Amino acid sequence: MSTLAADKPGRPWAPLMSRLFAVACGACMLFCLALLGALLYKIFGFGWDRLNTAFITGKPSFMPAKSGILVPLVGSLYLIGLTAAIAVPVGVGAAVYLEEYAPLSRWRTIIQTNIANLAGVPSIVYGILGLGLFVRTIGLGRSVVAGALTMSLVVLPIVILSAQEALRAVPGTIRQASYALGATRWQTIWYQLLPASLPGILTGVILSLSRALGEAAPLVAIGVATVVRQVPENLFTDEFTALPLQIFYWTDMPDEAFHEAAAAAIIVLLTVLIGMNALAVFLRYKFGKRIQW
Amino acid sequence: MALTATTPPMELTAPRRRWLESVIHAVLLVCAAASVATTVGIVAVLLSQSIPFFREVSLVEFFTGTEWAPLFSPARYGIIPLVFGTTLVAGGAAVIAIPLGLGTAIYLSEYATPPVRHAVKPLLEILAGIPSVVFGYVAVVFISPLLRKVFPSADYFNALNASIVVGVMILPMIISLSEDVLRSVPRSLREGAFALGATKLDVTMGVVVPAALSGIMASFLLAIARAIGETMAVTLAAGATPQMTLNPLKSVQTMTAYIVEVSQGDAAAGTPEHRSIFAVGLTLFVMTLALNVFAQMILKRMREKYE
Amino acid sequence: MAITARTTAPLMRGSESAPVGRDQMSETLSSQPPVRPPAMRTEAGAKPRTAAEINKLPKKVTATDVNFFYGEHQALHGINLGVPEHHVTALIGPSGCGKSTFLRCLNRMNDMIEGTRVEGTILLDDQDIYRPRTDVVELRKRVGMVFQKSNPFPKTIYENVAYGPRVAGVRKREVLNEIVEKCLIQSALFDEVKDRLDTSALQLSGGQQQRLCIARALATGPDVLLMDEPASALDPKSTARVEDLIFELKHTYTIVIVTHNMQQAARVSDQTAFFYEGHLVEAGPTNELFTKPKEKQTEEYITGRFG
Repeated sequence: MSTLAADKPGRPWAPLMSRLFAVACGACMLFCLALLGALLYKIFGFGWDRLNTAFITGKPSFMPAKSGILVPLVGSLYLIGLTAAIAVPVGVGAAVYLEEYAPLSRWRTIIQTNIANLAGVPSIVYGILGLGLFVRTIGLGRSVVAGALTMSLVVLPIVILSAQEALRAVPGTIRQASYALGATRWQTIWYQLLPASLPGILTGVILSLSRALGEAAPLVAIGVATVVRQVPENLFTDEFTALPLQIFYWTDMPDEAFHEAAAAAIIVLLTVLIGMNALAVFLRYKFGKRIQW
Repeated sequence: MALTATTPPMELTAPRRRWLESVIHAVLLVCAAASVATTVGIVAVLLSQSIPFFREVSLVEFFTGTEWAPLFSPARYGIIPLVFGTTLVAGGAAVIAIPLGLGTAIYLSEYATPPVRHAVKPLLEILAGIPSVVFGYVAVVFISPLLRKVFPSADYFNALNASIVVGVMILPMIISLSEDVLRSVPRSLREGAFALGATKLDVTMGVVVPAALSGIMASFLLAIARAIGETMAVTLAAGATPQMTLNPLKSVQTMTAYIVEVSQGDAAAGTPEHRSIFAVGLTLFVMTLALNVFAQMILKRMREKYE
Repeated sequence: MAITARTTAPLMRGSESAPVGRDQMSETLSSQPPVRPPAMRTEAGAKPRTAAEINKLPKKVTATDVNFFYGEHQALHGINLGVPEHHVTALIGPSGCGKSTFLRCLNRMNDMIEGTRVEGTILLDDQDIYRPRTDVVELRKRVGMVFQKSNPFPKTIYENVAYGPRVAGVRKREVLNEIVEKCLIQSALFDEVKDRLDTSALQLSGGQQQRLCIARALATGPDVLLMDEPASALDPKSTARVEDLIFELKHTYTIVIVTHNMQQAARVSDQTAFFYEGHLVEAGPTNELFTKPKEKQTEEYITGRFG
């Protein structure tokens, strides 16, 4: 395999093998894309007919044909709104601290290693943490706030790591220029570094929120209900449910009509997610080109 | 000096207190400390319920018992069947995803033109962004009936079913991490080999992949850790039968699926059954953490080599 | 750096409104460097010609026994240097000789680098800038800095200049407008940009960007202006403009400039200090140092035997 002489006698097949290998690798890639295509095609084909305004604005029902997704949809929007309100300031703050304040100390190494490891912790484990901490110890119950706090912990490592990367991409000359003009550390961060790294930070925020939107496992673990009849009014006390949980619940039903409803709900979920993803790609593309140092 | 941007020069040695700066510094420090608090919180919560659990169920029974039956009387808490189910599903996912992912990564890094790469990567990001529960749906509604056509003896919920969807889920991760390490192999290495008359295959498999091997291995480990912690898809697809089987067509239960099952059930807090999810969670946490730490170590060493 | 390599630069800008003496000077310098004195500028602010004259001038900055350490490595050894007010002091020497390090000691920019340490005293007027509890932020408003590579903020031209006053607390639009205009006029950029103050600073040419950075530094109302090879990345024409600017600015400011280019030092400065391997080898009136260097190392450097 590692003999490096293509034109040696005895290896007449080498060029052909090389060509075949390229084709095989290309086929792998095409297969991956085909999987994505097939998945989207099947789901859209299965759920498209079920998708209408009555479905989106409908309340849950035990009759699959009458079921709607208003309650989980609103629950999901509350959930990611609140998650953003918690995770973005804390995550960006932590990133700023690590990049701009923390000296190259052991303290920083510890936090950094810790964040890298947190990023790999299964989301259901965060759910168990949320159950023990927010639901039981603090007593928030199965409310939107408890769900959002748990979800914030899930996405925090993603927000921190992407914001750190964005801050690191701002050239050091900008920092020096600002400090040399008598700006304080926070002024330099607020007026120069955060605006310059905003596109990168936003991209990370969008990706982390799309993760929060699709996650169901932590919500299951904290005991969020699967069937809720009313849109929550009090975020601290009322029960809520979320779109991925509703999909989980419907998929688990043996009745095929519920599977159609699940497919329609998946279409709604994926449309939002792909829209968010496209926005992130767009931001990265647009601002990545505009600011050239 | 004509320009008076500031008030008359201040005493340099008597600074006015910049209290806002100190407050912000403290707030940001708290933000950074939140991540450490999270880790501490995870360990504390898991231990707080696991320790009472292990007072009732011995560690020996938990880690060596081959029967998991919390509802039996007497209840059996031997975690090996759950670990077995998890390993079967994750291993199957790795067998599916690793060749496919590595092939794709090699194509993207070594063969694809920049326009192809720019077109494919966002699509792979979409694949990476599809939620777990959607894959669970696909497994139950589309893949399982298909499998049962091919293997009529297969259970409706089975390990293979779960392996397939989990394999697809970890594909994007393997592709993007492996592509990164392949691209980080210095050009000079490739050029050196081409100059000796090697074919593209010789260069890729003889030079580039070996040079990036440790990073590729790390990406596999990270992906496997992800597969082990995967919850919703596995819960929907693999079933809820804790058993030790090597037959991928049988229904099994993973650690994560068990946690979901109990969370959805009505086991009262404080009972051994409910506490068992913390013990299982702790086992899961330690397994994934070990894989992650190991993978990070490999990646760090690799980065030091090429930077 | 051999002096002869620089001869083309000054000759290329014959159309500049520079004083007649300039081209003569560069020719004489390049052909037989240490023998004949550099030509005098004819404008106001005549250069002091002897060490006695320099010593009589009031000092704006006084460095006494300054040692500087990067961790274990000592980068400056016992530097003693007085910087006369309203004059230009040039710091010359080969790469890594400590001249930039010394410059950055004067506004404590070295504080930003971890593990650095300063010993000795540096007085600004009569205050030690390294005394404990010194407000570094206030210091940097009074000691402005221009960097080697122009580094405008990715904002509008107006916002670049207004940044210093803004962070110092100036809020009123009229005051800011006045400062921006004055500083742009002072830095000889106003006529070129007055109609497009709201466009991005990154669209300016390299030379314009550097003059913008000078305007930006003036806007905080400093007493001292530190310039770290301000023209090294510029074309000859832009270099000439920056040099003319330095000559104008010294009536208002005290300037310390680091330069690689000995002809530039000879053209713009009143006092020159030669650094070598972290030591201040020799400092004196520019014309004396270039014509009658006291130290052998200085002579070898300015005749181009090393560096």
